[in-house]
Amino acid sequence: MAASRIDVRKTYKLYIGGAFPRSESGHSYEVTDSKGRFVANAALASRKDVRDAVVAARKAFGPWSARTAYNRGQILYRIAEVMEDRRPQFEEAVRQSEGASAAAARAQVDAAVDRLVWYAGWADKLAQVIGNANPVAGPFFNHTAPEPTGVVGVLAPQSSSLLGLVSVVAPVIVTGNVAVVVSSYARPLPAVTFAEVLATSDVPGGVVNILTGDAAVLGPWLASHMDVNAIDLCGVAGSPDLATSLEVAAADNLTRVRRAPDAEPDWSAEPGLAPMTAFVEQKTVWHPIGI
Amino acid sequence: MPTTALAAYSEVTASEASLRRFLHGLPGVDQVGAEARAAGLGTRSIKTTAKAWALDLAIRMVDLTTLEGQDTPGKVRALASKALRPDPADPSCPSVAAVCVYGDLVGEVKAIVGSEVNVAAVATAFPSGRASMPVKLADTRDAVANGADEIDMVIDRGAFLAGHYLQVFEEIVATREACVRPDGSHAHLKVIFETGELQTYDNVRRASWLAMLAGADFIKTSTGKVQPAATLPVTLVMLEAVRDFREATGVQIGVKPAGGIRTAKDAIKYLVMVNEVAGDDWLDPDWFRFGASTLLNDLLMQRTKMTTGRYSGPDYFTLD
Repeated sequence: MAASRIDVRKTYKLYIGGAFPRSESGHSYEVTDSKGRFVANAALASRKDVRDAVVAARKAFGPWSARTAYNRGQILYRIAEVMEDRRPQFEEAVRQSEGASAAAARAQVDAAVDRLVWYAGWADKLAQVIGNANPVAGPFFNHTAPEPTGVVGVLAPQSSSLLGLVSVVAPVIVTGNVAVVVSSYARPLPAVTFAEVLATSDVPGGVVNILTGDAAVLGPWLASHMDVNAIDLCGVAGSPDLATSLEVAAADNLTRVRRAPDAEPDWSAEPGLAPMTAFVEQKTVWHPIGI
Repeated sequence: MPTTALAAYSEVTASEASLRRFLHGLPGVDQVGAEARAAGLGTRSIKTTAKAWALDLAIRMVDLTTLEGQDTPGKVRALASKALRPDPADPSCPSVAAVCVYGDLVGEVKAIVGSEVNVAAVATAFPSGRASMPVKLADTRDAVANGADEIDMVIDRGAFLAGHYLQVFEEIVATREACVRPDGSHAHLKVIFETGELQTYDNVRRASWLAMLAGADFIKTSTGKVQPAATLPVTLVMLEAVRDFREATGVQIGVKPAGGIRTAKDAIKYLVMVNEVAGDDWLDPDWFRFGASTLLNDLLMQRTKMTTGRYSGPDYFTLD
């Protein structure tokens, strides 16, 4: 007796400060699969949601950056664990969003989980690799160590909805930064599920804030925001004019910019250290010795 | 100040029994109604030029406050400088209404602000109000002698809750007399109810009438040391009281919510309520104030957002 059941048509919300609010504007938009069929509604973030997310992120920055690198590594690993538990949901979301085959979706989820584990391992090793004890001509102990930049705006890749997202968020937070992420506009559902994972995996509220919406609309507000310290323009790859205008907006308030690539990179390749070093500041300390 | 209309109330305050009869004869506050009305007024949307006007007005209404045991002369001087020029980068930004400090630090503030910004001092054993009457009056006289333009006194909540209304009344009258300067002028008297300790809106209404009859220039919600501090419904009840009092006596009294107002959005909600409940006569720093410290920075950030078109950050404004 397969009685017809009424569809539960979902309307997802944003992820700001560890909570799931609706957009301040009250707007949402239809998300379709790769063939144009309705899948769900996603909240359409407005500039006021950007504002709220930056406030939440700023509040989270102090405690998050003060945690030990070891602890941050553990938490990133925990995200990977929880993602692993929700594999079927992620595979379904990737399959619908990108029109990928089941095997390709599975491979992408594998790669995304592995990417988190890879970054988790770097948490307490990056300082050793890019920091240094500098030999100086004088009675000083001189060393250089990386410190997090602060609140980082992340325009997530438009096509790689999960692996691309994880690959731009993990390197930001692993070093102690906090992130305000604008997800892929056409493929936001893996980001929505990722937000649900973050909410249940020991990541303090506000460390990652995920806004579903249009990077072309939200980007200028994020780039010009005086309380954003850095921005990753990956999500506007392929729109050089928009990328340039965002760089100009970011220049006014000395926001550090990670420039948009010409086209989205191959996310399956090993990322190297550049995504992490883009959002750290090197601090050099001179300490007198022999006194 | 006592007009003929006000003189009609002299019988009310003649004895404990008549005062109680009057205060308990005031109509009760519809709690659900007051909260719904306050929430409803909070949904008004104030945009563009109206918002810019409201932000500037709110800045002019701020009593920039620091009431910590750890207040140093240096911190108070920094705060006083900020009161004069809240946004040094923008000369069009108005000064705040007053700086509110403990009585012993009035001189420090006065040295910076002169007569451009008022200096308010808390007195009468702030914040608890638990001291004998001579001590409270000496506290008040000391602050006035130091040059305070305004005195923020606390009522004896214990006496009020015990129903000793006449005692509270007489304390306010005595404090008001202590506010008189040698030249005959007097420091503005603000009476703090600490509404978070008064339990009911009915008590807030009674305290409002009691203080107004005793000669308060301003009625103020809270010390900021007790939660909940200022809320929209409590302020609504007090605004109704000053409106009704002016209707009955012709005397206008100011209102000052204090504590817990941290965002420009909250401040604008209060301004909407002032306009709708009491009327636009009260939309003036002489008749409405915000007791706040962190509020000012949010107002400045919103103001900067309106002039520059981009969101500002706390890094660009001083902490104190």
